[in-house]
Amino acid sequence: MEELKVPVYADVIASGEVPEYLFWVGCAGSFDARAQKVSRAFAKLLNKAGVSFAILGEEESCTGDPARRAGNEFLFQMSALQNIEILNGYKVQKIVTACPHCFNTLKNEYPALGGKYDVIHHTQLIHTLLETGKIQVEGGSFKGKKISYHDSCYLGRVNGIYEIPRKILATLDAELVEMKRCKSKGLCCGAGGAQMFKEDEPGDKRINTERTEELLRTGAEIVGANCPFCITMLQDGIKAEEKQDELSVFDLSELIVQNLK
Amino acid sequence: MLQIIAFLLLTVTVFGIATRKFLKLRRNILLGKDIELTQDKGARIKNTLLVAFGQKKMFKRFIPAIFHLFIYVAFLFTTLELIEIIFDGITGHHRSFAAPLGGFYTFLISFVEGLSVLAFIATIIFLARRNLLKLPRFTKEEMKGWPTKDGNIILLLEIVLLMAIFTMNGTDIVLQSRDVAHYPDTGKLLVSSHLGPALFNGLSTSSLIVLERIGWWVHLIVVYGFLLYLPFSKHLHIFLAFPNVYFSKLGERGEMDNMPEIMNEVKSMMGLIEDNPEETMMDELPAFGANDIFDLSWKNVMDAYTCTECGRCTSVCPANETGKKLSPRKIMMDVRDRAEIIGSRIDSAIEEYKIDKTKALDKTNYSDGESLFDHISREELHACTTCNACVEACPVMIDPLNIIMSMRRYEILTESAGPSDWMPMFNSIENNGAVWQLPNPRTEWKDSE
Repeated sequence: MEELKVPVYADVIASGEVPEYLFWVGCAGSFDARAQKVSRAFAKLLNKAGVSFAILGEEESCTGDPARRAGNEFLFQMSALQNIEILNGYKVQKIVTACPHCFNTLKNEYPALGGKYDVIHHTQLIHTLLETGKIQVEGGSFKGKKISYHDSCYLGRVNGIYEIPRKILATLDAELVEMKRCKSKGLCCGAGGAQMFKEDEPGDKRINTERTEELLRTGAEIVGANCPFCITMLQDGIKAEEKQDELSVFDLSELIVQNLK
Repeated sequence: MLQIIAFLLLTVTVFGIATRKFLKLRRNILLGKDIELTQDKGARIKNTLLVAFGQKKMFKRFIPAIFHLFIYVAFLFTTLELIEIIFDGITGHHRSFAAPLGGFYTFLISFVEGLSVLAFIATIIFLARRNLLKLPRFTKEEMKGWPTKDGNIILLLEIVLLMAIFTMNGTDIVLQSRDVAHYPDTGKLLVSSHLGPALFNGLSTSSLIVLERIGWWVHLIVVYGFLLYLPFSKHLHIFLAFPNVYFSKLGERGEMDNMPEIMNEVKSMMGLIEDNPEETMMDELPAFGANDIFDLSWKNVMDAYTCTECGRCTSVCPANETGKKLSPRKIMMDVRDRAEIIGSRIDSAIEEYKIDKTKALDKTNYSDGESLFDHISREELHACTTCNACVEACPVMIDPLNIIMSMRRYEILTESAGPSDWMPMFNSIENNGAVWQLPNPRTEWKDSE
């Protein structure tokens, strides 16, 4: 297997070059075992397409999204201003991230704090790379398979990106089976608003169970996702229903990597 | 003459009471904090035309949208008819506009009649939906008691109004056909020219004259009654939907309101800006976020008064759908209830609500020892996933999430409370720059397999 080339921003700058993209890995992409695989898949795509990029490495820290949405504005401001210091210090212009929460915060919330960048979600970049032929897929292995797609709240409803991920899935030659609640009506996985970091409030069932049940009704074998927290939630839901053999969750970047020409 | 006097007395009284009531409503909305929402008028007007007048967001659910549209358009055009009724009431004439407008009058009244039939059908369906089909969103916990009655009262009033219109027009047509004096020719009306003779042909002319007057007066009284009932009901959206959409959030949906006071504090802590000596001299910690109406924005309060309790928000809320206590609609109803309580207590001018007894009781000098937390529990606030489904679902651009976040901010920043589960996450972000407390390097993902 080819070795991944993931340069660190400081090193690239020190060598006198400027990476085109900063790949913002995020906490999940850096530390969560499942999301780490997504980071690697996306980096592999970037390598394959010859995209110039670098990560902040140890200089990256949490964007502050879960703190802000928990109500802890103080902690959000500390995280955000620290990150902005670093990003502005490197004169970063383009950021790409595989986490829709990081994406939303960097894109929509940092400008008010003095951090203005051109921020895109990794599905947007993957779509462009596919369009321009920088990466190519062969659909064969997915032919005839049913794939569903779970809209994350922060890519979908909050930022209005519904079609690009579906266009990526369309390149795989699989049959897209939508859940009843999709696009702007997509049901949350249950992790947002810092729910990921706390126990559920009392209720009848977990939100990810509700979503998993809906997913199972589609008869899909694979569900495409775009968010590390959704992936965790859906996997937990599928595991709770003991359906791991029938349905697996993948980030869109992973699906593309599995089918690279 | 007697009718003119009765009309004038009634009209002056109704408008007098309504003005007082609507001024109080305005005062209650302005209990909220002042915020600037006037920038980018073009985009605001466009939103108002599309979403309020054009009902754009209603059409996400097509069938109810169609029936609602019938009632909405009928309501808009019936106001035209109302202009004539008021004109007739003042002058003592009958159908003053019939002769001058001629054929156009026939068309206009026929148009209103057609809409009224559609509105009648829609109203019956809406009543059935609430009382026979018992749609889940109309029977949730927060709808028990008054809110359910309120919804039915409005629909029943609509039925009475529509029946009055057809009594008035139907009897008029029959009277015209009998060449009774003072009943100018309206031409052939779409509905009443058929319905009128069918229903009223057997009646004597004197009964018809009385019945026509009853129809006219009931029409007027229901409209006036509606005007006076509105401020107490959930039905204010018929007026407030327009300003509420106009003043709704423009920028990115994903951007939470920045808190510049905290940003500047953090900046000066980090040495990014010079300390402002005046600010560091503060003797007490300021309150952040909202625990009461006074800390919400006036737009939050207007949202609450605009809410017509349709429950689209609650029916798509992931927390509510999985049996948690949170219901975005209840949040809006609670904010309105609290604003009403404060408003009526300010009106009462009772000494005990004054903070400074030497000054007048107003929003800056008010404390009743209660807060929004007496209406909205922490369990509700903690159940929100910030998924924005409620914001997306609201046809009149109400933002329940904004209120939930303001109250979360109060809990965390001012009370230093909140779910204890969050503490490790907060500590980890603060000390480790990551949401989890892990010793691993941030770059290990590159090499792990």
